[in-house]
Amino acid sequence: MSRRLLAAACGLIYFFLMLPLLVVFPLSLSSAPYMQFPPPGLSWQWYERYLDDPQWIDATWRSLYIGGATAVLALALGVPLAFSLTRGRFPGRALVDRLALAPIIVPTIILSVAVYGLFAKLKLIGAWYGLVVAHTVLALPFVVLVMTAGLRDFDRGLEQAAAGLGASRTSTLLRITLPLLRPSLVSAGLLAFISSFDELVVALFLAGPNMTLPKKMFDNIMMEIDPTIAAVSVMQILLVTLVMILIGRFGRGLRGSAR
Amino acid sequence: MSIRGFFPALPALILLLAFFLFPVVRMLGFSVEAGTLDWYAKALGEGLYLQVFWNTFEIALLVTGFCLLLGYPLGFLIATTTPTWATLGFIFVLLPLWTSVLVRTYAWMVLLGRNGIVNRWLLDAGIISDPLPLLHNFTGVLIGMVHVLLPYMVLPIYGAVRRLDPAIAAAAQGLGASNWRIFWRIYIPLTLNGIFAGSVLVFVLSLGFFITPALLGGGRVMMIAVLIEQQVRETLNWPFAAALSFVLLAFTFAVYALAQRFTRLEGNT
Repeated sequence: MSRRLLAAACGLIYFFLMLPLLVVFPLSLSSAPYMQFPPPGLSWQWYERYLDDPQWIDATWRSLYIGGATAVLALALGVPLAFSLTRGRFPGRALVDRLALAPIIVPTIILSVAVYGLFAKLKLIGAWYGLVVAHTVLALPFVVLVMTAGLRDFDRGLEQAAAGLGASRTSTLLRITLPLLRPSLVSAGLLAFISSFDELVVALFLAGPNMTLPKKMFDNIMMEIDPTIAAVSVMQILLVTLVMILIGRFGRGLRGSAR
Repeated sequence: MSIRGFFPALPALILLLAFFLFPVVRMLGFSVEAGTLDWYAKALGEGLYLQVFWNTFEIALLVTGFCLLLGYPLGFLIATTTPTWATLGFIFVLLPLWTSVLVRTYAWMVLLGRNGIVNRWLLDAGIISDPLPLLHNFTGVLIGMVHVLLPYMVLPIYGAVRRLDPAIAAAAQGLGASNWRIFWRIYIPLTLNGIFAGSVLVFVLSLGFFITPALLGGGRVMMIAVLIEQQVRETLNWPFAAALSFVLLAFTFAVYALAQRFTRLEGNT
């Protein structure tokens, strides 16, 4: 009986959680020239406007390659770091662990302002690789969390077996360890990509005149709310859904990557 | 002393030192450049700025409370239902979590406006006769932030309920305890770890929130992160922004350190 009450309450909470995601779908298909709900008719005009506007397309490409580069760099640095943290024995390991996870706890505004100060001095404002570096700092904790979880569940007997059969350390790593860790690697890489692709606060300071997609959206929301934003939002939600499906299919599972 | 396995960490460590620790320390240095603590006196002494800190604290506390209120039932349900429902339940918590904060904040602007969808629904249903002020004020910021941070509460609570041995509840039921009693006397005390971990995480994340208060607050709800951004981008007052950042950072770390004294916060929160 009280179970049914719980389910009903949770239904309402889910409604609250999903409402903002659902509401942008009808808005993006509206035929009205301004915000109107429910839309008087359906049209693709806001999607066309997005596709026809070189600024939007430009910002989308920039966010895509910055996200891709961030994922590559965060994996290249984060995976070895995770190995060190789970298998290494060296003084200061706990400290390195804290430092690697600190970007989650330190407010992003502080990181943004601090890096902005440094990059302004180094004349790196507006450089795409500057943003990649800053986004990598933010993505690193996700990679470390997912990879250390994967490494902790890892059966080292398999590596010992490979070594016992005469495999070198490099070939054990390349042919046994990394392939077995692939689900974690997929989850970590996709999380790093999404964290950069969605990131606004750092981009607000570092992007300069070179808009990323979130910065372009922010500026648009600040100036005039037209349903183009709704169309962009729908595409963003679909992209995230796709990434979730990919993680569910090839990654460490939704629960594994969430915790 | 052996340093086995240190070298793979080196590249990441260099990145973190050069582009995280160094810039933050460098900026914090600006606040005491003049050799005095005047900027701290301004941040913590002037009523205007003290009010901003107080606002931030109040909002963070309320957001944490609401997230707990909404997050516990969700985490509990997902942890105790059948695997199929649990997967579905998870998807609808993670989907909003991974959707851009910007998209969600924009959607709330559409929903909460004076002529927004929520007001229209309430007016049409005859619940209210005048539109409620939901946007560009405290309420709007609160709704938006609870929405963004709710998943961070659900996940640790789910973990805590999951780790609980269902036999305990079954035993209590066998001994005649009511569901309500089982909930208050068994589930809540035994999942305090998850409640605590989720609350600390949500509270700490709220303190530094920027996007939601900047957009849903409409300039009328000042939180500390918004103030820092203004000081840097509009006033160009670096020393003051640095002092504000340091106070925020110190407060964040204090909350975290305090929390760690009570429980061991695992990386999985």
